[in-house]
Amino acid sequence: MSADIDPIVEFIWHEADLLDQKDFAAWLSLWDGAGHYVVPIDRGQIDYANCLNYAYDDAAMRRMRVARLTSGESVSAAAAGVTVRTVSRFRRLEDGPGGEIRMRCAQHLFEFRNGNQRLYAADVTYSLVPAAGGFKLLEKVVLLANSSDALSGMTFLP
Amino acid sequence: MTDIDYGALVKPDRVHSSLYQDPALFDEELERIFYKSWVWVAHASEIPNPNDFITTHIGPQPVIVNRDRAGTVRVMVNRCRHRAATVCEKRRGNSPGFVCPYHAWTYATDGSLKGVPMPKGYKDFDKKEFGLVQLRVDQYNGMIFATFDADAPSLDDFLGAAKPWIDLFMKQGGGFPVKVLGEHKFTFPGNWKIQLENTTDAYHFPIVHKSFLTSLDGATEELFSFMDAGGYVQNLGNGHSVMVMIPELVDLEDNLDADIPDRFAAIAEELRKTLDEQAVRRVVRAIGGTGFNLNMFPNIACSMAFFRVLRPLAVDKTEIRHVAIGMDGAPDIANQARMRLHEHFQGPMGFGTPDDAEAWERVQRGASGPGVSWIMVNRGEDKTAANAGDVTAETGMRAAYQMWKRMMTA
Repeated sequence: MSADIDPIVEFIWHEADLLDQKDFAAWLSLWDGAGHYVVPIDRGQIDYANCLNYAYDDAAMRRMRVARLTSGESVSAAAAGVTVRTVSRFRRLEDGPGGEIRMRCAQHLFEFRNGNQRLYAADVTYSLVPAAGGFKLLEKVVLLANSSDALSGMTFLP
Repeated sequence: MTDIDYGALVKPDRVHSSLYQDPALFDEELERIFYKSWVWVAHASEIPNPNDFITTHIGPQPVIVNRDRAGTVRVMVNRCRHRAATVCEKRRGNSPGFVCPYHAWTYATDGSLKGVPMPKGYKDFDKKEFGLVQLRVDQYNGMIFATFDADAPSLDDFLGAAKPWIDLFMKQGGGFPVKVLGEHKFTFPGNWKIQLENTTDAYHFPIVHKSFLTSLDGATEELFSFMDAGGYVQNLGNGHSVMVMIPELVDLEDNLDADIPDRFAAIAEELRKTLDEQAVRRVVRAIGGTGFNLNMFPNIACSMAFFRVLRPLAVDKTEIRHVAIGMDGAPDIANQARMRLHEHFQGPMGFGTPDDAEAWERVQRGASGPGVSWIMVNRGEDKTAANAGDVTAETGMRAAYQMWKRMMTA
């Protein structure tokens, strides 16, 4: 791993840990206000605004999603299980049009819930902007390996 | 044929929990319901052009739904007439024909067998006898249905009183044709009828979907708080029913002169750049869908702003598709708004679906095991011409189970 991606990798690992620890408030603070958290359906589709996704969250939707997961009002979120994710295979991509840093990696997410074990593999692409003390998330796209298949309800953030 | 007395399992106010559990009963349901009834297979917008196709299933049976070269909509068993391999595995596409990957038997888009390799190996072989098996197909207002049963009543008769509700549902094109925009597909470990019931169950909404309601803005939350808003459930015959939750959103072409709500002001402003005021009002009024769920037996619902399609996989496993629909040709902002609304509630990451799935899974778990147990569907009185009804009445479930009984004992 080359030294120039070390701080980026540290940031991504930090984000992954926050999600597994369910520290959603800290996770929200990682975002740029204009950022989008995207979980697409179709491989190859990148015009996320103009197609149907599993999630296409702006700042307001991210806040509402976290509120839902933590409020106790949702029967599925109340029964949420444990996730443990590993992020690796980092590759720096060409910078985005606004100079944002882009990084793609592989994520293996293991979920244990209601007596069931599930493995979600995904390509995750990050767009990051430099900010005080590190970076802010401008975009995170989680493309599940089985995104076009029938999925089960997800009570975690991939 | 089994020796189960199906008629005894469905009473006017309750159904036996073996309807969720018994694998032998499930196999009979496929034979007596899914292979006898009209089953919804596609929306016409999914195959607009000649040679367009999608693949789907009727129960476990893979089928191809296509528009042949001449423009005729067909539904064909996705099975080579040679050794039964599926001839198409792509979910959708456009193709001048179908070639079996095993021995390259080749079929035209109308299902006729065009050629087989090394034909000299066959004696007295008439290709006309070996086309893809065709189902009966019919359409109503863009909804494509098929049946394996040559003796089934016409689709017109089968849909009956559901038809005017389909027409009302399609008004959410907002002046444009209704078009499929995509779908969320998920499975849950439970019986298909648990989901069939749910589409006509208003009683669960404020409980199971509290976190969804909390996430809405004040005016939208008020709209979805429909327990005492004059709604009702009506039995439409043949297992179909409609649950009207928001009466003012039954006919989307009514009240076009009303003020545009504040929450749609920005969208309306954007629409005005390309549409006249009347067209803007039609789009805005239709943008959130209708105020009712039309539940059609056995597998399709027109549910407020999307199609709910169910497919039984096993007695305790069901696949659900929530098909997003939009306005074909409307400005992007209109369909973006519709897709964001769909994402908000539906799908494995929606604010609604995972909670439904959790409840359904628990029904399946709770209903398992030996011992006599009954599922109650006795809530509320059925709507008559003389009463306003009750939106939480379990009328739609009773209607579906009476049709189940009719088909299972026929």
